[in-house]
Amino acid sequence: MSKIEVKNLNFFYGDFQALTGISLEIRDQHITALIGPSGCGKSTFLRCLNRMNDTISGTRLEGKILLDDQDIYDEDTDVVDLRRRVGMVFQRPNPFPKSIYDNVAFGPRILGLHKEESLDEVVERSLRGAALWNEVKDNLAQDALGLSLGEQQRLCIARTIATEPEVILMDEPCSALDPIATLEIEELMQSLKSSYNIVIVTHSMQQAARVSDWTGFFWLGEMVEFGATEKIFTNPDKEKTESYITGRFG
Amino acid sequence: MNTGTRETLDRKIQEHLDDILLLGSMVEQAIINSVKALKEQDIEEAQRIYDNDKKINQKRFEIERQTLITVATQQPMARDLRILASILDVSGELERIGDYAKGIAQITLRIGDEPFIKPLIDIPKMADLTSDMLHRALEAFVRADAETAQSIPKGDDEIDDLYNQVYRELLVFMFKDPTTIDQATFLTWVSHNLERAADRVTNICERAIFIATGVLTEISASDDETQSQE
Repeated sequence: MSKIEVKNLNFFYGDFQALTGISLEIRDQHITALIGPSGCGKSTFLRCLNRMNDTISGTRLEGKILLDDQDIYDEDTDVVDLRRRVGMVFQRPNPFPKSIYDNVAFGPRILGLHKEESLDEVVERSLRGAALWNEVKDNLAQDALGLSLGEQQRLCIARTIATEPEVILMDEPCSALDPIATLEIEELMQSLKSSYNIVIVTHSMQQAARVSDWTGFFWLGEMVEFGATEKIFTNPDKEKTESYITGRFG
Repeated sequence: MNTGTRETLDRKIQEHLDDILLLGSMVEQAIINSVKALKEQDIEEAQRIYDNDKKINQKRFEIERQTLITVATQQPMARDLRILASILDVSGELERIGDYAKGIAQITLRIGDEPFIKPLIDIPKMADLTSDMLHRALEAFVRADAETAQSIPKGDDEIDDLYNQVYRELLVFMFKDPTTIDQATFLTWVSHNLERAADRVTNICERAIFIATGVLTEISASDDETQSQE
């Protein structure tokens, strides 16, 4: 079942067209990876999915992005609620200069989401979900900036899932992490996908191959090919995809 | 669209393919020479072929080891990955064909200088056909020539026919004269080894098609049917 459906998406930074005619369906409870060389539009596309590009002046979007059949670019869309439903994890871990507890509790407090379960329960559930609970449960008051980069990134994932999103967008979430922390995040993604829909932008083709169920290859603002990851990385249909994933260009 | 960004991987793949050709020529010679030694009852040559199988096995392991290093260090994808996976598979097929040649050499040693119960005509024909198929299959493999690879296994029909003919003739000998049973059984094994070797050549052809198309195809030579799994 598709969670997000993108129909003929065009996106412009002023006069520059960054995305051209993108159409795809992103399935629920799957991990979708977006790959392509720098500047191909994959991060721009990712940011379209929760209207993060709205914050950049001079941008314009054509086409439709449906989340559960509702166009997120409708005038009456509550963008704050949209970004709660479609959370985001960025390249570099960006915890607030607060305690571990307050980082995770931040979203639920702001959004008033802790009515049915206590804040403590939300924090524990989120940290467990991000596979960080056992490491920090005795130090919840510790400054989050004292954690390792890998732990900080898992904390950011905990902070994201604390607001109970339906989709998690990850923009190169491991680019600042060492190989072990990277693998920890990748394993975490596998455990999260039964509850969330994950879309990840990555420069690492090996990472896309390891973690994702579906892969889209972007090039010069177009989506050259979209398909099952096992197909894309063993026998893609398009020559350009083959050239890119075998490292012959890009 | 090769911009030279994978020169190291390209070079390593070429080295592995060259090694496959080298192993293939070792195996091809082993098949031809094993049947020649049988026909000429050349015990010394048969012993040499028997002993030489160790070199074939070592070469196969060396190809496997080097190919795995390339997989681990170069992280190949798509066609590159299919080539390297197929090299691993084909090196195993070649080693097994080498084992068939070794088996024939062993039979030559067991028959010794005992006169043949019949002139060897069809068995050398089978060996020629098998080695020719092997040669062409390896060419198709290193060139990833799916069309040629698809056509080669048709030659297997002729080998199967010869095998059935040899088998029937030897059965007649065994019925007529039970003292020929030992040698007739040995010669049946020889023809069976050659028939199996040709089957393994078909497997090599399937890998050539896999590299070219990404489709795993089981080629059935006799009825021209294929079963594919993408």
